[in-house]
Amino acid sequence: MSQARADPDELLHHALEDERRRSRGKLVIFFGAAPGVGKTYAMLEAARAERDLRRDVVLGIVETHGRYETGALVIGLELLPRRRVEHRGVTIDEFDLDAALARKPGLILVDELAHTNAPGSRHAKRWQDVEELRDAGIDVYSTLNVQHVESLNDVVAQVTGVVVRETVPDRVLEEATEVRLIDLPPDELLERMTDGKVYLPEKAERAVENFFRKGNLIALRELALRSTAERVDAQMRTYRTAHGITRVWATTERVLVCVGPSPSSARLLRAARRMAASLHAPCIAAYVETPAALRMSDADRRRLAENLRLAELLGFEAVTLQGERAAEETVRYARSHNVTKIVLGKPTHSRWRNLVSTSFLEDIVRSSGEIDVYVISGDEGPARAAGPRRRPRTRPLAYAAAVGASIASTGVAWFFFGRRQLADVVMVYLLGIILVSLRFGYGPSICAAVVSVLLLDFFFVPPYLSFSVTDFQHVVMFAVMFVVAVVISNLTQRVRVQAEAARQREQRTGTLYSMSRELAATRATRNLAHVALDHVHDVFDARVTLALEGRDGRLENIAAGEAAYVPDEKEQGVIEWTWSRDKPAGLGTDTLPSARGLYLPLRGAQGRVGVLGVIPADPRRLQDNEQRALLDVFAQQIATALERARLGEEAQQAHVEVEAERLRSSLLSSVSHDLRTPLSVITGSASALVESDAVLDPAARRELARTIEEEAQRLNRLVRNLLDMTRLSAGAVHITKEWQPIEGVIGAALGRLEDALDGRTVTTNVPADLPLVPIDGVLVEQLLINLLENAIKYTPAGSPIDVSARHEPGAMILEVADRGPGVPPDAAKKIFEKFYRLPREGQGGGAGLGLAICSAIAEAHGGRIWVDARDEGGSVFRVELPITGTPPPPAPEEAP
Amino acid sequence: MSALMLLLIDDEPQVRRFLRSSLPPVEYKLLEADTGERGLATASAQRSDVILLDLGLPDLDGVEVTRRLREWTATPIIILSARGQDQDKVAALDAGADDYLTKPFSLPELLARIRVAARHASERGDKQDAVFEVGDLRIDRAARVVTLGGEEVRLTPIEYKLLTALARRAGHVLTYQQLLKEVWGPRSLTHKQYLHVYMGHLRGKLEHDPAKPRFLVTEPGVGYRLKGE
Repeated sequence: MSQARADPDELLHHALEDERRRSRGKLVIFFGAAPGVGKTYAMLEAARAERDLRRDVVLGIVETHGRYETGALVIGLELLPRRRVEHRGVTIDEFDLDAALARKPGLILVDELAHTNAPGSRHAKRWQDVEELRDAGIDVYSTLNVQHVESLNDVVAQVTGVVVRETVPDRVLEEATEVRLIDLPPDELLERMTDGKVYLPEKAERAVENFFRKGNLIALRELALRSTAERVDAQMRTYRTAHGITRVWATTERVLVCVGPSPSSARLLRAARRMAASLHAPCIAAYVETPAALRMSDADRRRLAENLRLAELLGFEAVTLQGERAAEETVRYARSHNVTKIVLGKPTHSRWRNLVSTSFLEDIVRSSGEIDVYVISGDEGPARAAGPRRRPRTRPLAYAAAVGASIASTGVAWFFFGRRQLADVVMVYLLGIILVSLRFGYGPSICAAVVSVLLLDFFFVPPYLSFSVTDFQHVVMFAVMFVVAVVISNLTQRVRVQAEAARQREQRTGTLYSMSRELAATRATRNLAHVALDHVHDVFDARVTLALEGRDGRLENIAAGEAAYVPDEKEQGVIEWTWSRDKPAGLGTDTLPSARGLYLPLRGAQGRVGVLGVIPADPRRLQDNEQRALLDVFAQQIATALERARLGEEAQQAHVEVEAERLRSSLLSSVSHDLRTPLSVITGSASALVESDAVLDPAARRELARTIEEEAQRLNRLVRNLLDMTRLSAGAVHITKEWQPIEGVIGAALGRLEDALDGRTVTTNVPADLPLVPIDGVLVEQLLINLLENAIKYTPAGSPIDVSARHEPGAMILEVADRGPGVPPDAAKKIFEKFYRLPREGQGGGAGLGLAICSAIAEAHGGRIWVDARDEGGSVFRVELPITGTPPPPAPEEAP
Repeated sequence: MSALMLLLIDDEPQVRRFLRSSLPPVEYKLLEADTGERGLATASAQRSDVILLDLGLPDLDGVEVTRRLREWTATPIIILSARGQDQDKVAALDAGADDYLTKPFSLPELLARIRVAARHASERGDKQDAVFEVGDLRIDRAARVVTLGGEEVRLTPIEYKLLTALARRAGHVLTYQQLLKEVWGPRSLTHKQYLHVYMGHLRGKLEHDPAKPRFLVTEPGVGYRLKGE
């Protein structure tokens, strides 16, 4: 497979990687073969050199172990105060991550990368602290010994016989900006040891002495040198790739390792990891969940979860596949993902089993085709459940039933067939066994088979009423009967298990589907949150919470529904961390595992949406891989739905803004025209009065003054309407409803327009027995004034205007009717829109706001306004004001 | 009758110029102040018959000026307000201002209000007339009898109290608070609805067409006014 050009995906990957690396802090690891080689010393020296270059250097945490030379180097460097942690009565000094982040130096020294933090710290491991420091853009110097590298862990254990528990994922080492090997020949190290220059913890002295044997040190040194060399090699390749040097293209290898619940899977994983690292191949850890796996014991389940976690820690992509046959599924996945090498463990079971069924290994080898298969000592393969299987709860009862069924078969056979028709008797027994196997499963059916054979022998086979057998033919018959029973049991069992698997899958799909469906039917974010929380609560039996990104980019807690909880300060801290780092945290994770809840970031297609928090009633529940995976899928669904809602709301907002923009521009054009016209008339008339005072006769002067007055009034109306509209649409006017008689408001409006109405016949029809209406008097007066002004403006001078009010069930109807030209039917709705004006000639109209204001006022009261044509010509504007609530109690008549 | 002395407190030079040039010079004399502080100073230095107070002053707010004036003088105050200052307007009236005019206003309107205010001021010191008359409405306070067109109108005690309260300041607006306090006492200040209900009753008894009132005028959002002339 010789590719001539760089794969664009790969180049993009490099580019992204570069980008990430640039913004992240640098990590320099001082790497050594064993304690005492001088890593801390070298690190401090390097730090001093940096400080001399005027860099902001801080000592985060450095263990000098009382070594004089090292201690001397610390002097003069800024020391970050340590965090004191009380744990079981012991005070432990820990690295203070928050202080470091707050201090934000250019470079920080954090010794012993593999250190395990005290319980209650934010991260379980110090390397995670370092990751967070790097994410914050802080450069870090740290130290590491080769035995702490995860993938080398078991090799070191094999060589030295000392098991090291504190490990660092290979990824951390690979992602380090620089790895400086601090090398010291074993002889010199031993010399330093005898000089007492190497710190040995007292407790572990013996183990450590074993560790420091020369042979061990040589081996460790080789490991350190080799892994550094591999790293250099990898850098070389990356460099070549990045610079388009195509001669030695890294083959696009991809390694898939099959894991199962077996403890030896861990070894398999580490071996595969080393292999993948040397090939520079991405690696996948696959577990195939077959129907048989459902019977897995709890211990196996836990181990499987641990193995998959380890796989992720080692940098594998961990996948769980589902299928009937593990080998088939593995190969199918491998093919579809261009896997070039499959790694699996050696079979551990005995050979005779191969006679019954082919082994996983054989199946893989046979079907793998061009894919290489590596077999490594350790694990047999996926889905092979070691340890006791999960036992059905009704065990004793089932076995009793099995025995009972055999006895019943005996009775039936005896009654119908007697001792002569042996073949029919056997059939009856087989029927009994099948029924037991269908009803109670594998174990009881085998039990039934055994009991049946014994009963058959005892009652039906001569010599009767004895277990001894004289005829060899009968022995064969027993064997055949037994084998047939076992096969049948096996078959029915498989059917049962498959049905169970299907049921579980069905249930999973079902719960997910029901949530998706409900989410799809919900619009508003808050309702979505409610639906999502309820479903997560139902499915996982957990209390739940949701934190969503608010408008200002800060998190808002939404605890909707009964199952929701409001996170306390500590949980809130975990939520914030999950949010800012976009990684799961809390219960069952490596970060802040002491939290009560598990927190998952919600990521949509376009970015993060929020954080989902889950406090399960049973904390062990989320350790189950399957449940955790299901929760992840739920989180994904919720995130997608929330993102959809958010995008919808944003689109809505954008629409509103476009509408507002359109209004603004039409307002500008309308206002500039409508303001200028009266202004120019006023200016003209006034200047005529000022300039030509002498030549104007009194009549002309009066005429000019009247023009000025009229135009000023028009201007006043316009400005008033603009102000009202602005205040109404900006929500600045809050409506204060009071129960009051409507005639007062009508009277006030008519009174205000007294001059303008001069010469018109205004008929009012307001019955005396009208009830009080809950209205804002000022606004309704304004509404009436606008309607009356329109009537005055658009109808012939002197034509009559009718104002009336009447009571309808639940509402008060106000009417302003005129005898004008009427409103064209197609404009009957539009006239209530802002800036709409009827295309009429001559009339010095307003800005097209008057009716829009009326409409806004009516709506603010929960009512409406519309226009109807009158039969005899003209139009009638009707306003409906709802009468809701209870009118006030009658006032006390006697003054108190 | 000597000329009326007006004090105009308004920061707008155009408004001051408009009044200065359009007030009939024989009947009115005008004092001007462009800030609240100067207005207060002028009011204490020179006697004025009516004070015209703009609500939107640069230094003090109009309500504050009213309050400080009312600490020592009973000179009628007419508030000049722009639209959108409804709250302040009512607050100023409650603080003791006598009347208000919404800008823009016409000269005849202003002069009418000034006359009403001045007349009341001159009456305030005297004993109140026992009989109040406007149009064909007649209130005989001594006999506690109200007649309309010569016929007696039967009023409940509350209605009578309300009507006399309005009549005492006829031509002026009375705010809800002022009316409530006067008729029901200081404890009922939040029950504006009482007022609406009794005004409705009163209108039913005194007005031919309550929607076109001749005497009892509603000032939405502010209060009520009994027409004075």
